[in-house]
Amino acid sequence: MEQAEPEASPRLGLDIDRTVQTAAPDFVGDAVFEVEDLNVYYGDFRAVHGATFTVYKHEITAMIGPSGCGKTTVLRCFNRMNDLIPTARVEGRLDFQNVPIYDPRVDPVEVRRRIGMVFQKPNPFPKSIYDNIAFGPRVTGMAKKKSELDDIVEQSLNRAALWDEVHDRMKDSALGLSGGQQQRLCIARAIAVDPDVLLMDEPCSALDPIATARIEDLMQEIKNDYTIVIVTHNMQQAARISNRTAFFTAQLDSTTDQRCGLLVEYDRTETIFSNPSDERTENYVTGRFG
Amino acid sequence: MSDTRVDPAGGFSVESLKANPRQARKERLIRDSLGATALVSVLISGLIIWSLFSEAYTFIVEVDWGSVWDIGWFPRRGIYDVKTLIVASLIITGIAMIVAGPLGLGAAIYLSEYARPGIRRTLKPILEILAGIPSVVLGFFALKWIAPNLVESIFGGPAAGSLLAAGIGVGVLVIPLVASISEDAMKAVPMALREASSGLGARKITTTVRVVLPAAVSGLMAAFIVAISRALGETMIVFMAGGAAQTAVYTHSPLDGSLTMTAGMTSLARGTDNVVGEGLTFQSLFFVGLVLFVLTFALNLFSDRFVHKVREQY
Repeated sequence: MEQAEPEASPRLGLDIDRTVQTAAPDFVGDAVFEVEDLNVYYGDFRAVHGATFTVYKHEITAMIGPSGCGKTTVLRCFNRMNDLIPTARVEGRLDFQNVPIYDPRVDPVEVRRRIGMVFQKPNPFPKSIYDNIAFGPRVTGMAKKKSELDDIVEQSLNRAALWDEVHDRMKDSALGLSGGQQQRLCIARAIAVDPDVLLMDEPCSALDPIATARIEDLMQEIKNDYTIVIVTHNMQQAARISNRTAFFTAQLDSTTDQRCGLLVEYDRTETIFSNPSDERTENYVTGRFG
Repeated sequence: MSDTRVDPAGGFSVESLKANPRQARKERLIRDSLGATALVSVLISGLIIWSLFSEAYTFIVEVDWGSVWDIGWFPRRGIYDVKTLIVASLIITGIAMIVAGPLGLGAAIYLSEYARPGIRRTLKPILEILAGIPSVVLGFFALKWIAPNLVESIFGGPAAGSLLAAGIGVGVLVIPLVASISEDAMKAVPMALREASSGLGARKITTTVRVVLPAAVSGLMAAFIVAISRALGETMIVFMAGGAAQTAVYTHSPLDGSLTMTAGMTSLARGTDNVVGEGLTFQSLFFVGLVLFVLTFALNLFSDRFVHKVREQY
């Protein structure tokens, strides 16, 4: 894998060039993720071909595109979730706050503690509401005392706008909640470990419009504290909530005769939706394709 | 075929949606014959229980109960100390589970959570081969290898068979059972829960212990219960390697030889129902069988309750 000169990040706790820290700012131009020529393979199959773009701090970055265009695959590179798939392989540069997270010295577990993820289908643990939120802080050893843990649980549920609905049934199973509540619980669970980034993989696709609106409001509220990257099938959603939009498409690779994900255009959301520079983007956002 | 069902007026009515009588008859026949097959297994179970109870009843009514709590199992001399057999059975089952529990569960965790697909494809069939070894072969193995090489040289027991040798043999027998059922239970836990856990920065072992195992607990319990039942009911290994042939003095030392309930029954009724001995020797077989049946039944009942209580539903 191509490596950029690693710069130290105070948060990743790596033993790389610690002295640079004082000389250089934490990150340049507020970039959270810098992606350059990213290729992702599942076995011999190339799922993403040469994506290059930058995710900025305290913004909502949306990734849109038709099915099979690799947007979810790219999202799952950001917290090394693709490592769970034995055949997956990532090439190219992917820096998180100037640290190359695919560096062999990087522990994916440390990456995931800083980059939370919310999945397409709400996936609460079959445990109580309290234990769901407390899971992350417990396994990462964040809270030493029960009272600290209680505080984290309450704050997280508050931030996810769920506390009022569940505070009197914290011991009940999380599976008794509605789909929208379960998804907000999953957001609260991700927030509880205090990540820098929230990755959201079509978080509203299993929800009704009212629950979707609540999640979107929630994202607007928390984006001042977190950087959010969201994959969505819903173009209106991308237009409503995001600051920047990346449009992916699936293109036939002439050498392998397989369809491969390609980043077509990346720009401010207004530009993507009102004045895109690529014809394919225009066709997609105007509904003529996909 | 449609002409019989078309309304004479040629319109659309209930008649046109009526079931074809021939197909309805066929459907009923299928339902009834499937019901009959289910009934047969119920009848057979009933028959077994009845034959067990009727002879055991004779024993219970006529036996001198002092002989049921005595120095050991000497059925041909009218000494039916059942506790000798029960204790031997429990010791063997305990040893078997000490061997098979960790090994089986460990193998299941490895196969389900850690093994790469290629390794899994190789290991799983090997495990299944182990499950296909006849217990008489494992009996020889317990007698000729486990007894001298493990029991004698490590624990200082007899080289000729003992409860420990037989228990380890039974343990080997049930390892694949524990591993295979546990692995199925863990594989059934949705991938989404593992992703949620690793997404929160949990290590693999944390995910396994705190998410996968609790979610799979009912299947894991089932694995252990099936294994315990199998160990309690295992006959050949304990008979061959248990270190006692036809009679046994009461012992609770795993290094002694003794007879389990199953081995006691086998040694009495080897190939014949013409059991020689005191008047009730034959009936004692059924009494021991009844005790075994009640034990296994209680175990199943208890585990069912327990699983309902602790299960994490997903």
